[in-house]
Amino acid sequence: MTATSPTTAPLRGPQPTPIAWLQKNLFNSWFNSILTLVLGGILAWALINLVTWALTDARWEVIPANLPLYFVGRYPSDQYWRLWIALGLISALAGLSWGVLARNVSFLFTRGALIILGVLAVIGVLMPTPPLYRFLTVSLILICAVTAWLGRSLARQLPNLGQWLSLGWIASFFVVLWLISGGLGLPPVSTNAWTGLLLTLLLSVVSTVLSFPLGVILALGRQSSLPVVRWLSTIYIELVRGVPLLAILFMGQVMIPLFLPEGARPDRVVRAIAALTLFTAAYLAENVRGGLQAIPRGQVEAARSLGLNTPLTMGFIVLPQALKIAIPAIVGQFISLFQDTTLVSIVGLLELLGISRAIISTPPFIGLTRETYLFIGLLYWVLCYSMSIGSRKIEEKLHTGH
Amino acid sequence: MTSPSEIRVPLWRDDRFWKIVFQIVVAALVFGLLALFIGNLNENMRRQGLQFSFNFLRNSASFSIGESLIPYSPSNTYIRAFLVGILNTLRVILVGFVLTTLLGVLAGVASFSDNWLLRKLSVVYVEIVRNTPLLLQLIFWYFPVFLSLPDARNRLVLPGPIFASKNGIYLPWPAQGPLFWVWLATLVGLAIAAWLVVQQRTRAMVERAASGRPQQRILIGIGVAALLVLVVAMNWQGPQAGEAANQITGGLRLSLEYLAILVGLVVYTGAFIAEIVRSGIQSVSKGQWEAARSLGLKSGQSMQLVVLPQALRVIIPPLNSQYMNLAKNSSLGLAIGYPDIFSVSQTSLNQTGRPLEVFMLMGSIYLLANLVISLIMNTLNRSVQFKER
Repeated sequence: MTATSPTTAPLRGPQPTPIAWLQKNLFNSWFNSILTLVLGGILAWALINLVTWALTDARWEVIPANLPLYFVGRYPSDQYWRLWIALGLISALAGLSWGVLARNVSFLFTRGALIILGVLAVIGVLMPTPPLYRFLTVSLILICAVTAWLGRSLARQLPNLGQWLSLGWIASFFVVLWLISGGLGLPPVSTNAWTGLLLTLLLSVVSTVLSFPLGVILALGRQSSLPVVRWLSTIYIELVRGVPLLAILFMGQVMIPLFLPEGARPDRVVRAIAALTLFTAAYLAENVRGGLQAIPRGQVEAARSLGLNTPLTMGFIVLPQALKIAIPAIVGQFISLFQDTTLVSIVGLLELLGISRAIISTPPFIGLTRETYLFIGLLYWVLCYSMSIGSRKIEEKLHTGH
Repeated sequence: MTSPSEIRVPLWRDDRFWKIVFQIVVAALVFGLLALFIGNLNENMRRQGLQFSFNFLRNSASFSIGESLIPYSPSNTYIRAFLVGILNTLRVILVGFVLTTLLGVLAGVASFSDNWLLRKLSVVYVEIVRNTPLLLQLIFWYFPVFLSLPDARNRLVLPGPIFASKNGIYLPWPAQGPLFWVWLATLVGLAIAAWLVVQQRTRAMVERAASGRPQQRILIGIGVAALLVLVVAMNWQGPQAGEAANQITGGLRLSLEYLAILVGLVVYTGAFIAEIVRSGIQSVSKGQWEAARSLGLKSGQSMQLVVLPQALRVIIPPLNSQYMNLAKNSSLGLAIGYPDIFSVSQTSLNQTGRPLEVFMLMGSIYLLANLVISLIMNTLNRSVQFKER
């Protein structure tokens, strides 16, 4: 793969006429012509059926009527303000990070960025929710845009803003968890009320964050020259990777209480997080190992010859480079974990899929499977697709090259 | 690096000493933690009056299983129930491997087509499937798609004949009997013969610039023979409706649960395989094509002899993990009521209240399956890797 720099766009010849384009791309041989006609026919038939169904038979009222349920589930509605503050915090941090990453770009709000912000704003305005929520959604987008601009201008004056920002993200993790769960002055919200998309996001983010230290330790262990450490890490990684996630989730629900002393019985969400963490750590370890293997031996030898011992070499020389190389794989891992959280609905937690299945088994909405599954499918798709695009962008930005 | 032996290094400055100490500490921590957990486990099991043993496997299972390849009734033992589950899982993953490879390779090659529509379709397929959760896809295949078939009374009759209704899909199938196996063996023999002839033909064409005509005639002969065996000798039996609406005899019945898990897994894994095939073909540089063409190889030959062997080297290692994922993901059949090994274990767990034994059994079955897949794929991988001189 050759990286093309965005400034040197290839020279474009005169645009071909539509007819010529069709001839070149769709009808350039008799085989292709038949293929185009058959595929086009099937596609048109499917699309027409889908659109007719969506406009006539489909009962879309299941979506607006349950919108809060899909997103935050049974979270008490008088505490929604805490979630909005958490979202505001995340938007501000996201905006700042965007600004810092784009500090050397002349136009912050390129056409693509404006289109994305505009689409989000239109969705926010048209959302079938009370006006207050629409207003808040649009303000979140504004916060993001303003902090992005702020972040860029600040980053030009304070070159080490990026490090503070990383610290901010770590701090925000705990602040957001505190806002959601309560305690320390806020009325506590029981984990039974953590449902819907909120639970999906919580499970995936918390499990990834918690699995990070374990995953890095396992990766280092598997690469270690010490046989005991290497064997223990390898056994753990291979055992976990050889068993389905569903089995680990069930084991988490059934076995964790058995392994703990009598009386210590963590609630179901905590058990699910424990299972997801143990599972993710093994996969993360393999991603980090990929990064470790990409570091040339010379780096280690140079560090040793400077007098650094093994922990210092790992901590200051090898790991920072390896983790940077592993970022795309880690983001991919997060996306697949985000999708895998649907499995907790089988062990009885009501995350996005679980709550949807609960909705379509309650009276006014029984049997509206297509509408509901298409809606949450679209939701998952938008979130995962934007994450993968975002990771590609970050990868480009971080790719400093050696 | 070694220090002169006369300078005695104090023990606490010796690297080797710390390495050993570190390993002992790690081992002590891990085994201590394990001992703690196992102690708790013993205590908890003692309180529940359970004793670790696999003797329950010989007891009567006393639950029924929706579909089974071997005769099974609730009075059979747990061993037999597990066997039914294993066979059901194997039925999904073995058929799944074949179909998903076909779909993945097709979609991967389609992304290089010069037909714009086909190219875009391949991209859209991959992007939709990879960015939505597998469980959602499986549930979607089962509930809105397959369960929207009409009930048995108003079944769909497709040419074949294929019957499709809520009771399942009935396909024509060769009549069972000793003759069937004879003809199947004949087909396999013909396939091997054809493969040998193709090898010889390629060698003749590449090395001696022969025309390959005689071998072509043999190939056509083999093809006709195989077609005859397939169509005539196999004695296909279509499903036949009995007097009652839901009584259908003959043919092969595929339950909707089986179809949903199979189609869901094949479509999902196929998207990942398509990406692997695409990047594998992309990894072969354009110069290889051009060199092959300038040596006088035809387009198909350069694909077969030059590009594909090099692409396979990149394609096969990641395929291994996709096949393993398919095997592991077959456990999601639980969500749509397909009685695979996972679902049988789950029912056994609920009936016996023996989580430890059931999880150990189920876990080792999946580990074994993955081990076998890895071994086969590694052998395959070794056969396509670049042989250094």
